[in-house]
Amino acid sequence: MTEENKNSDIQAENQTTAPVQEVPAEKPVSTFRLIATLAVAGTLAGLLIVLVNQHTKPLIDAYKAEQLQKAVYEVLPDTDHYNTYYLVDSSLSLTLPEGAKESEYKRIYVGYNADKQLNGVAMSRGESGFQDVIMIIFGFNPNTGKLMGMKVLDSKETPGLGDKIFKDMDYVNQFFAGPSTPLIPTKPGTGKGMPGEIDTITGATISSKKLIEIINHALEEWQPYLDHGIPQTSADGEVNP
Amino acid sequence: MRKTTSSQDFIRGIWNENPVLIQMLGLCPALAVTNSVANALAMSAATFFVICCSSVLISTCKRFIPNEVRISAYILVIATFVTLADMMLQAYAPVQHKELGAFIALIVVNCMILGRQEAFSAKNNVYRSLLDAIGTGIGFTIALVMMGGFREMLGTGSFLGYSLFGPNFEPWVIMVLPAGGFLTLGFILLAMGFFEQRKKAKPTKTETEAVEASS
Repeated sequence: MTEENKNSDIQAENQTTAPVQEVPAEKPVSTFRLIATLAVAGTLAGLLIVLVNQHTKPLIDAYKAEQLQKAVYEVLPDTDHYNTYYLVDSSLSLTLPEGAKESEYKRIYVGYNADKQLNGVAMSRGESGFQDVIMIIFGFNPNTGKLMGMKVLDSKETPGLGDKIFKDMDYVNQFFAGPSTPLIPTKPGTGKGMPGEIDTITGATISSKKLIEIINHALEEWQPYLDHGIPQTSADGEVNP
Repeated sequence: MRKTTSSQDFIRGIWNENPVLIQMLGLCPALAVTNSVANALAMSAATFFVICCSSVLISTCKRFIPNEVRISAYILVIATFVTLADMMLQAYAPVQHKELGAFIALIVVNCMILGRQEAFSAKNNVYRSLLDAIGTGIGFTIALVMMGGFREMLGTGSFLGYSLFGPNFEPWVIMVLPAGGFLTLGFILLAMGFFEQRKKAKPTKTETEAVEASS
């Protein structure tokens, strides 16, 4: 398409529509009609959005809940069921105060094995990585102090480099191998054989180090509450599937 | 009054006036989300839905929209359909929705959509507006999939997630980074310019041959 052709097309388009544009110019439109038009359009738009939202919201919530549930079982291997404990007034509670919004409370997921014995605790935390917030969930055994697993829930780290924090399985598998906490980030090949060492990724040093820091920070934050004691056996009737 | 046929309305947006490759409209999503074919397809589908619905609604209601508030009304219509597309993608294609992130909401300000409403739907009947919107939507999809294809093949060595070159392929990471978007678009436009020039040069050749033959 040449520039001349484009111009001639635009001119043709303008000529076609010239009479349509002239009509409103001759008859001034009242302010009331202008406001009424936009008000009606706005109301209809709002109505449509609410209708579709009512239809899609349960699906979206169900998907989010399913993803979280999957992640908890993934980072707490051998878990049969888990309970969600909320941090209410500096202590762990299975229930929220009446009328409280669930989203406002920090929480941990306490997993139990088939014999209802404590298996591990899963917690999620997000911190700024190289590009944006990295959101992870990880499992931890408070009795042995060892990590049980880790999953990246949300990350916008650089494709091909920073995204190795969830694509490089050699790196990810280290978190499932039961390292002791706190974790120690180590440059690959320079480890001294300490129990909490995690090899970082060459080319994704910042992201892979950050992930280790997030886990250490989360454990620091939760340790006082975990020390107060988590029920070692599952409470009946209060279990998630 | 009518200058183009229905088929011209339809075909124009697909190639001759392709929104991305010829008119250079809607470049923000074309550069930002084409790091894989799947993302390019999801973005194209959302944009296709928005442009078709907006064109039909605006060409239907054009008599009721006063000239003074037309742009506000168009944006309102487009924003409504984008919100619907956003919700539906989140409900039915959550993985793609997560990948595309803020770019779904940014379809509202895709000048390609507003441009078609102002230049075409506001002046033509529903049938022609729909044809124009479908053509433009397909043109946009072709451009995005073309870019997504190049970038995914070179950047990750796969097409739609299927590995193409085996494990020994060293991916060109730059192609899936933002710079790769600019490079790909640049090379596609270069190639198109090259073929356009050759096409222009051809009739001149035949003209000269005709002159030679006559002499």
